[in-house]
Amino acid sequence: MITVNNLSKKYGANTVLNIESLEIPRGQSFGLVGNNGAGKTTLFSLLLDLIQPSTGHIISNEVQVDQSEAWKPFTSAFIDETFLIGYLTPEEYFYFIGELRGRNKADVDALLSQFSDFFHGEILGQKKYLRDLSKGNQKKAGIVASFIGNPEVVILDEPFANLDPTTQIRLKEIIKELAEKEEVTVLVSSHDLIHVTEVCERIVVLNKGEIVKDIKTSAETLKELETFFGG
Amino acid sequence: MFKHFINLQWKSFFRSASFKTEIWFKILMALGALYFIFVFLGLGFGAFFIIEEAGLGDPLRVVNQFAIYYVAFDMVFRYMLQKMPVTNIKPLLYLPFKKSQVVHYSLGKTMVSFFNWMHAFFFIPFSIILLTKGYSASGVIGWHIGFMALIYCNNFINVLVNNKDNVFYLIAGAFVLLGVSQYNGWFDITSYTAPLFDFLYDIPVTAIIPWTILLGLFGASFNYFKKNMYLDGGLATKHTEAKTENLDWLNRFGNLGTFLKNDIKLIKRNKRARTAVIMGFFFIFYGLLFFTQSIEAYDNNFMKIFAGIFVTGGFLFSFGQYVPSWDSSYYPLMMSQNIQYKEYLTSKWYLVIIATVISTFLATFYLYFGWEAYAAVLAGAVYNVGINSYLVLWGGAYVKTPIDLTSNKKAFGDKQAFNAKTFLITLPKLLLPIIIYTIGHFLISPTAGYIFVAIFGLLGFIFKNKMFAMIEKIYKKEKYKTLLAYKQKA
Repeated sequence: MITVNNLSKKYGANTVLNIESLEIPRGQSFGLVGNNGAGKTTLFSLLLDLIQPSTGHIISNEVQVDQSEAWKPFTSAFIDETFLIGYLTPEEYFYFIGELRGRNKADVDALLSQFSDFFHGEILGQKKYLRDLSKGNQKKAGIVASFIGNPEVVILDEPFANLDPTTQIRLKEIIKELAEKEEVTVLVSSHDLIHVTEVCERIVVLNKGEIVKDIKTSAETLKELETFFGG
Repeated sequence: MFKHFINLQWKSFFRSASFKTEIWFKILMALGALYFIFVFLGLGFGAFFIIEEAGLGDPLRVVNQFAIYYVAFDMVFRYMLQKMPVTNIKPLLYLPFKKSQVVHYSLGKTMVSFFNWMHAFFFIPFSIILLTKGYSASGVIGWHIGFMALIYCNNFINVLVNNKDNVFYLIAGAFVLLGVSQYNGWFDITSYTAPLFDFLYDIPVTAIIPWTILLGLFGASFNYFKKNMYLDGGLATKHTEAKTENLDWLNRFGNLGTFLKNDIKLIKRNKRARTAVIMGFFFIFYGLLFFTQSIEAYDNNFMKIFAGIFVTGGFLFSFGQYVPSWDSSYYPLMMSQNIQYKEYLTSKWYLVIIATVISTFLATFYLYFGWEAYAAVLAGAVYNVGINSYLVLWGGAYVKTPIDLTSNKKAFGDKQAFNAKTFLITLPKLLLPIIIYTIGHFLISPTAGYIFVAIFGLLGFIFKNKMFAMIEKIYKKEKYKTLLAYKQKA
């Protein structure tokens, strides 16, 4: 599904990302971990063509993302609050995203109804604009919006941060469910090793822009990661 | 302690994103400030002689007569533009500063604002002239420091009423009404207020009164601030109750409707965008300066076409030129969603076109000044639709100022929004139609001049697809730079 070739991103003399090759097959749930500055968000931003690579390229479903915009219909993401339109209510925001992805109101409502547990009554019908919601609730809205329109690639940057424990547990269920679908490729980054080992089949560790570990998740993975980051 | 505050202030000023603009623009900014200073200086030195020449009576008394409007206008001006000091207090709250120090510092900061000391450029020279003209020294000094206190009173009133819009509109409305009734001779408020200002000169000791009021206001502001220095008090951001709106009737326009719906909400729900629209509306009346023959330099056909462009293009200039910055706070979303640049740009284009058409209808009252006046407006409208609508979108590609939608304070001229490229693109918006008109005017007749301008606009309309393809290319090229620039909050 996603192929990364000789990808690097440099700011001046400073290389923030350097990946020779990375292959993410269709339907994989892919976890990205690493300390601050390891290049996680950089990689995701490159995947979404929000920044330009210094060298190399990314091919997503046969589309080279920095050349064509054809990856947009099957890709969705929630990176940070710049993916939210602050002056809309959550409902309006969901419908807006829905319309962009060819879904009418009924479709969106049907999808939202599956997430009423996740929303915990704090998102819909609140008479608040997104900009007035708490950070955690904003995140919930952004994450769910990224599920609208059956995307084949879902990119979530730090989805667990800022969420309360209950919501974290629910989100894990949601991502696992999503990952079980054959055709959906989920990319998640996280600082929380436990969460990421629970939801991802494969975990890649970035350190200073380079891939230092590429693990197929097993019972020992958490230990391995803890040793890596602890030592 | 103050050393720390000053240090923070210094850094926040010189490290702000908007400060790092092109050097020549900084020069332009300085020139702009110098311009204001010169205008005030000119008034300060000149007012005395102008009034004397015009035979209106004792210059000091005349100034005193209209002083109430001066003070009122200053108030309105401040309310709209002067930044309040609450920002940046938050991180100081838990640090080992005494609250009263933070408040003193914040209030002190408002006192050194340009809005206060720019008046000095008028009052100091004016007072000096008064002294040289043999006015009593003690009287002039009393008058001078009395006025100084009044200007600072405005400063603190503004601090106190900040963000109370109803109060503001009430007061502003009252003064407009008073001005109108004075003009028409119904009621003259100045006959009541002029003596008050005269007192400052006649009995210099009365200058104590405004100073007492000033002290009172300072105390009130101080207490108000100190009491409200809590996150859920004065420092809380106000939340308005949100309503989900449908606007389903726009669905018939397909994807375009989706964006139009969003843009309508953008305008309705954000102070900054609303201001742009209101400013655009007032441009409709800008033509009155040109068509009423009230200003001699404007009373020719070339300037009338200029007026036509402005009358119908108010929205185009005030809103259009900040596309795509209106969407700056969620630009990464727009860039990664299933959106083609073309649709995005088309929706903004339609918005500008619709506003231009509405302005043109609203401007029909110019027919009162003869069909030629309205012909200029119509020609301007066609040119706006056909040429300027592309030019603003094109220029927008280079405008990389993130817009803070909820704040109004920078609505009048963002520093960074102005760079070499946008400036160069502004020229054809205003000068080209005048040149085209001039050609028609001298080759055939004034009417032909209007027709020439309109034809030019129509030509642009015909080449819409070509123009859009070009603009789209530029937007794509600028995409990464724009994304990066929007990341830095203003």
